[in-house]
Amino acid sequence: MRIPWTPYRVRIETRLDNPGWMSIVSSVLGVVLALVVGGVVLRAAGARDPIATYREIFKEGFGTFADLRAGFIALITHNSCPKGLLCFGPISDTLVKASPILLTGLACILAFRMKLWNIGADGQMFFGAWAATAVAVFLLPKSTDRVVMLAMMALAGLAAGLVYGAIPGLLKAFLNINEIITTLMLNYIAYKWIEYFVVVGPWSIGDFESTGTFPKSATWPRLTEYAKQVPILAGLTAHPGILIGICVAILLAWVLFRSRWGYEIRVSGDNPKAARYAGIGLKRNILLVMALSGAIAGLAGMNEVAALRELNGRLQRGYGFTGVIVAWLAHLNPLAAILVAILFGGLLVGTQLIQPQGIASMLQGVILFVVIGTELLFHYRVQLEKID
Amino acid sequence: MAEPQNAFELRGITKRFPGVLANDNVDFACHVGEVHALLGENGAGKSTLMNVLAGLYRPEAGEIFVIGQRVSFHSPQEAIAHGLGMVHQHFMLVTSHTVAENMVLGLDRPRFLLDLRRVEDQVTALAEQYGLSVNPRAKIWELSVGEQQRVEVLKMLFRGAKVLIMDEPTAVLTPQEVEALFHTLRDMTRRGHTIVFISHKLDEVVSIADRVTVMRRGKVTAANIPAKGTTKTELAKLMVGREILFQVEKKDAKPGEVVLSVDHLQAENDRHLPALRDVSLEVRAGEILGIAGVAGNGQRELAEVLTGLRRTTGGVMKFGQKTLGASTNWLEIGLHLAHIPEDRAAYGSVPTMSVAENLILKSFQRPPISSGWSINSAAVRKNAVRLVDQYKIDTPTIETPARMLSGGNLQRLILARETSGRPSLMIAVHPTRGLDVGATEAVDKLLIEQRDAGAAILLISEDLDELLSLSDRLAVMYEGQIVGEMPAKGANIHTIGLMMAGTKAVA
Repeated sequence: MRIPWTPYRVRIETRLDNPGWMSIVSSVLGVVLALVVGGVVLRAAGARDPIATYREIFKEGFGTFADLRAGFIALITHNSCPKGLLCFGPISDTLVKASPILLTGLACILAFRMKLWNIGADGQMFFGAWAATAVAVFLLPKSTDRVVMLAMMALAGLAAGLVYGAIPGLLKAFLNINEIITTLMLNYIAYKWIEYFVVVGPWSIGDFESTGTFPKSATWPRLTEYAKQVPILAGLTAHPGILIGICVAILLAWVLFRSRWGYEIRVSGDNPKAARYAGIGLKRNILLVMALSGAIAGLAGMNEVAALRELNGRLQRGYGFTGVIVAWLAHLNPLAAILVAILFGGLLVGTQLIQPQGIASMLQGVILFVVIGTELLFHYRVQLEKID
Repeated sequence: MAEPQNAFELRGITKRFPGVLANDNVDFACHVGEVHALLGENGAGKSTLMNVLAGLYRPEAGEIFVIGQRVSFHSPQEAIAHGLGMVHQHFMLVTSHTVAENMVLGLDRPRFLLDLRRVEDQVTALAEQYGLSVNPRAKIWELSVGEQQRVEVLKMLFRGAKVLIMDEPTAVLTPQEVEALFHTLRDMTRRGHTIVFISHKLDEVVSIADRVTVMRRGKVTAANIPAKGTTKTELAKLMVGREILFQVEKKDAKPGEVVLSVDHLQAENDRHLPALRDVSLEVRAGEILGIAGVAGNGQRELAEVLTGLRRTTGGVMKFGQKTLGASTNWLEIGLHLAHIPEDRAAYGSVPTMSVAENLILKSFQRPPISSGWSINSAAVRKNAVRLVDQYKIDTPTIETPARMLSGGNLQRLILARETSGRPSLMIAVHPTRGLDVGATEAVDKLLIEQRDAGAAILLISEDLDELLSLSDRLAVMYEGQIVGEMPAKGANIHTIGLMMAGTKAVA
């Protein structure tokens, strides 16, 4: 392919070897390139200095370097700096944002590994949120022990996501109905379902369009709650959601790469005919994968309401789609997804104050676009050569 | 007589891939109007050399001349503009489009309006001229493999190819289709076309080619040998670098107990028409039962039914004393069945997964590979190292993805996996199709070894020579029925041929 007006042409050859480092390089390169493209858009949107904007986003999302250093010193020397662990405030906020993204990302990774394109993590998450709320507000008494309450909410979230993911799974396995369409459509049903309960219907308290604040036992404990005992924790918002995400990631990595079932999933995703030849039941696995993918997304929903302390009409949409991006950026590796989710959490926190509001979504979109573009480098060797 | 003109000439071509020198200073030239066979084992560098000629690869060094003029190609389009067209082993056709639509695919004319009717007429005219009858409005998926190949040839002629490079064109064809193809090729050379015929099948090379050039390990070992006056044995020696025994050495079979028995078996094909009609047969431990027949007479369905990939609609299947259901999942009932599938790439391997992971496809549900829910990665590695060594699978590492293996090595991998657990029953479908002589010899030896170790083997093949040399007993299938059975020793090829054509055996 000749580059117009230059004596050069681009030559693209299939790569016969894919060294492992290529996958990291293509992800990092994707993010860097996306920041460059995003910078142009920021400039066009009125930012005088896009680099300063990025610096601001990083500061909001992860903190200043000085603060981070001070924070580590405080950690090692036991609180010798005035701000104490609050130096980690931005990171703490970022971890809170990262937990639902990590969980929806993991839900997508599981399904995508079997080439089941579950883009309904959003809907599955909403149903998980709904079921967890039902447990917290209507089924269990306020006085329930916090650990029991949270565990029951998590189970409810898992179960609701499981059922909601199993629906497209059943349709795919037995009627071969395209899961992309069904999962996408089920998202809208889930949005409206929640809207009915908290805006129009039975769960709304007065005109508040909300279930009202959950009993304390049904909310995530945040670090700042323990400030009385450990003063330096004051002001830190982090809650166990991210730990749960990390546990699920480790578990999923084990399942995918070290378990019999994970082997079946990967074989089925790569070559369904070979799976059949090896005696692996495809229908059963389609159903199981979709249901479990839904369950993980449902857990994200429980995590959200336990963090928000209420279910209202403003439950954030779109985490399921961010999960698709996370899964892809992580090259479907659950452990890599932890890092990617934290990066995206920082991006979301950092761009909260930026006008116009769409900057975070814009950057996410550009990152996905560019990362898929740089996959080209993964599969092909691109060379520039002079035309003789 | 004047020296015939060269249609093209390659001089000093060198092409390197990561870790491999695929072509090492190769010279190759073809006269106008000849069929020139390029012979060599898998991985000898034949396809690479031809991909250089067809503009798909650029060599690190070397020159290309077309009718005496120096050229350099940056794309297949440029090669075809010089009259060089390649028909690949795996067809480059859009299966949901029609023949005519595939003709114009990738052409930059017409620019805006596509007059498909005109293209159809042109295709029909071209097809008639060369005797390549095909309906220009048929969708590719509706065509048989042989017809699809005709479309590929037509596509090249449509683009004005004078030199046609055919990469292992017979690997996917039935004997009848091969005959038809050879007829077409001869016809084309009479019209001034030049054919490069890449193959490792010696019989075909000797029968179709005017001259032969042999490659081994990236180099030309013998150039421009006239095909008349050479023998298979000579060519094989040039190709492999050692003597090849065309006769398989084997002792007499010592048949034991009946391992597989099938009684009045019935099954349907993909179009729900009867494919197996009352098939009854028995395979005993320690013997090879060969199934002969023209492709499409129920052999594929028989293999699929026996391996549990297709449901039966009637009859009884028994493994030893155990009666099997209509759809058998061998894994679930815990029987060790070895299956060498007809389509290696589609069924036998998982392309992006590693050699090690491919080697456990049949054993991952049993100890020592797995225990409980988990797979024991140390056992996976040990298994891979052992099998790679024992079956001489040529792979850089056991972590290399299976798609990087050559055809012969992939077959070795499948054989290693299927035979390593001492199977009691083995279904082998076209086990040597597409393999070179060296690899074929290895596969043949392995099958005999398995038999001598007490396995019952059902061998389905279209290669009568292979069937006669490997089998102990031979059954002939015609239209979903077994029309005759005989000991392989001393079997009359003429009689078998008649049975394959539908004449019942006279008892």
